[in-house]
Amino acid sequence: MKNFEYVRPTTVREAASAATKPGAIYLAAGTNLLDLMKAGVTKPNRLVDITHLPGLDQIEDLADGSVRIGALVRNADLAHDRNFARRFPAVAEALLSGASAQLRNAATVGGNLLQRARCAYFYDPASACNKHNPGSGCDARGGDNRLHAILGWSASCIATHPSDFCVALVALDAVVEIEGKTGRREIPLEAFHRLPGDTPDCETVLERGEMIVGVRLPVEAALFAAHARYLKVRDRTSYAFAIVSAAAALRIEEGVIAQARIAMGGVALKPWRAREAEQILIGAEANTAPFASAATAALASAKPSGDNAFKIELARRVVARALALAAGGTPERMPALPGSPFAAVSGILTHA
Amino acid sequence: MSLSTTLTINGVTRTIELDDPRVTLLDLLREQLDLTGAKKGCDRGQCGACTIIVDGRRINSCLALAVSYDGADVLTIEGVAQGNLLHPVQEAFIKHDGLQCGFCTPGQIMSAIGLIQEGQAGDDPERVREAMSGNLCRCGAYPGITEAVLEVQKTPGTASRKEVA
Repeated sequence: MKNFEYVRPTTVREAASAATKPGAIYLAAGTNLLDLMKAGVTKPNRLVDITHLPGLDQIEDLADGSVRIGALVRNADLAHDRNFARRFPAVAEALLSGASAQLRNAATVGGNLLQRARCAYFYDPASACNKHNPGSGCDARGGDNRLHAILGWSASCIATHPSDFCVALVALDAVVEIEGKTGRREIPLEAFHRLPGDTPDCETVLERGEMIVGVRLPVEAALFAAHARYLKVRDRTSYAFAIVSAAAALRIEEGVIAQARIAMGGVALKPWRAREAEQILIGAEANTAPFASAATAALASAKPSGDNAFKIELARRVVARALALAAGGTPERMPALPGSPFAAVSGILTHA
Repeated sequence: MSLSTTLTINGVTRTIELDDPRVTLLDLLREQLDLTGAKKGCDRGQCGACTIIVDGRRINSCLALAVSYDGADVLTIEGVAQGNLLHPVQEAFIKHDGLQCGFCTPGQIMSAIGLIQEGQAGDDPERVREAMSGNLCRCGAYPGITEAVLEVQKTPGTASRKEVA
């Protein structure tokens, strides 16, 4: 690991100033950053440690019914916060389907949003990768790309975004609160991560020195609490990234879908909201036929980027099944295997 | 700023000068403090052999920069027994053959203590397995590990924070 200067600011403003130096990077828990630094993929000159900043570790119910999650709230604390998990069960399920208990105990909300792309070639400094060396090419294109993107990819980059949490948040219209030298701004999470295009090295809309200070869920997001699930298909049952995942949330009135939310993970370099699929469901009865149509619409523009055409059909099935699970109702207790297709929950439809 | 970190390790508070900001909690424990119980398996947060409990929470010490954890309370495998009296989780691992070669065992035990404190798994073996999925065992002692955790879970109060510290 390359050496670096370590600084520990005491205010957000001081941190934002310290992070404007070229080569500076924020350190929160470091669960992804240290891994990347050990691999030699990320080589910061300066680490700006924000873990001691006050006031960023709260889950706050705001006056208008929305919820603000501080950037330094640990993934496990958020998932196990009873009030939060009751109102936003798909977010809690997504969080608990990700990583391991040890990592969730350390990893922060802000850090989860800023996880780097999932691609073995990105993690290997010896490989050609337009992310770590723009213009060098993409070894994933002709390499082992079974798990790569099927939506929104470009000739420059076919990696996927690793987060589960972000998928559920995007489905529920979460907003990212950002602070930088020039003040505070906010942006929908859906617009926070960039698709690769010709500049896969530009991963988010953050400007130099800007910091995520919080994530907000609007009051409407809690309207889906009775019918909200996260489903994640993996190569092994636990502690694995998604091959494909989906967050599904429904508002059902007298057996008819009044509102639907769908987002997919593991399919693109950002969490992928499927708005057309949502529209198809409005006014439909909550049964399997419209779920299949919605799933087809969700993948309408999907294209294999390599040896991964199977992911398109898999994603359709995962979307349809996530919708069926959501229609069946949010379980009283978090399933033993959160997000898993192997989770046994009695009394609901498990096959779309 | 000077690179020092004040840590309470197994009940003893000490201020440690770090000669390099790159030192992880794992390397600090093993290389500078002669606490070699926590193991360096993958050094990337994938195997769990380095699991320790920091401020009451199990974490991967290989992915924690020591300088950032200034002020933290650290519990390692060396701190869980009281003299010759083993911690209930240690006893249960022996009773249920929750180990073979033993390399992953300190991490498994610290993870199990953390799991029990978290109070999420109860008496459901599936929940125990899920909650222990961040600890790999190449000898495949998983059935014994699960039985050991379940047994301690059934005995109220055996693994509370006070008793392990």
